[in-house]
Amino acid sequence: MLLTLVTLNLPSPTAARLKLGIGSLFLPLFGLASSTQQVAAATEGSLVTRQELLRQNDGLRRENQQLRLQAMQAEETSRENARLRQLAGWERQVPWKLKPARVVLREPANWWRTVQIDLGSRDGLRVNLPVLTTEGLVGRISSVSLTRSQVTLLGDPNCKVSARVENESRDSGIIGTSGPLEPELVELGYLSRSANLKPGQKVVTSGEGGIFPKGILIGHIVDTQPVDYGSRAEARVRLAANLNALEEVCVMFP
Amino acid sequence: MKWLNTILVLGTAFLAVFWEAAFGGLRRLLGAQVDLLPPLMVYAGLCTGITTVTLLALAGGLWFDSLSANPLGVTVLPLFAIGLAIHVKRELIMRDQTFAQFVLGLGASAAAPLLTLLLLLTLGRAPLLGWGTLWQLLVLSVGGAVATPICFEFFAWLQRTLVHRGAAETSFRADREIRRGRQ
Repeated sequence: MLLTLVTLNLPSPTAARLKLGIGSLFLPLFGLASSTQQVAAATEGSLVTRQELLRQNDGLRRENQQLRLQAMQAEETSRENARLRQLAGWERQVPWKLKPARVVLREPANWWRTVQIDLGSRDGLRVNLPVLTTEGLVGRISSVSLTRSQVTLLGDPNCKVSARVENESRDSGIIGTSGPLEPELVELGYLSRSANLKPGQKVVTSGEGGIFPKGILIGHIVDTQPVDYGSRAEARVRLAANLNALEEVCVMFP
Repeated sequence: MKWLNTILVLGTAFLAVFWEAAFGGLRRLLGAQVDLLPPLMVYAGLCTGITTVTLLALAGGLWFDSLSANPLGVTVLPLFAIGLAIHVKRELIMRDQTFAQFVLGLGASAAAPLLTLLLLLTLGRAPLLGWGTLWQLLVLSVGGAVATPICFEFFAWLQRTLVHRGAAETSFRADREIRRGRQ
């Protein structure tokens, strides 16, 4: 009991270091878990028929062509944007630097939303770097050890994000917590009561707060309701990234 | 062979914590991850000494917290309280009855998260709570209840496999043998 009281009252940096040290005991098992998943994926892959593979290949080839065309278009738009920014005297936008990582462990407790990834301080990671997937924002780095890091996901009480709705009035609010059973739905609070929200509107990061750069897709509005006797509004947002099935994520460097 | 049992319990707790963090199939299916430490604590409380109970609470709790966003050490106290309560009353519990194991598993698996949540709230943390938490507690309790008899069977099998059992003495005594026929 005394030892518990001591560990609970340790200064946070010491407790975090101790936690990461104890967690390192599981390092030998990480390989086992990933190889088990690989075997499962390989078994699943071997069950797919040749016809199905050819169909998928054809679909991917078409998608690849479309994406190449879109990339060319985006490159041209980006050049044009840079020229206009230069003419207007605006600061040049820095392109995102991303590092891919694999999710190795999930939160064992049911009342937090975190995952652990296989990149650590030796890969240049530090606390508060944004984490995302190709679908949208996932969360932020909350603690870092040498070889792995903990990511606090959207919907966790410790991950608040300043967000903006892509509508005419550009309403902004704070992305808060999710329900215990619905990790894909989060609250968008602190909206003005005159907010003009409609289901399906995009919600992106606003860039305020200094952690998340602006413009990262968070999700889409599901519904809204007045709170605090109508003085404010609150919306539910369906997250763009599927947090239940995270396998690979990207860490964003400023 | 008490130390072997302690090592087996701690080894199983280590693997159980890793399983909870590495494989999330149950969470996706039922909305909550089943915790295997309370069933293990029921076994330790009934079948091992106070040293094993303490070591399991300490090591299991610290391992669990190290992979979680919980403050380090918050799971230790609830586990220890459950283990101690069962250990103190172990003479009154029919430990070999599957139903008794099931009920104890149910109680321990419900009490452990509730006590942990209470501690977290006392420490000023804000865990994710809502109506869905009731469902999660139900899943945790029933999952733990089902896991407890399995846990007892598993350790009985481990004991049979790993621990040497002395040969049973026969009732044969040469000096009391009835000799038949003429000599």
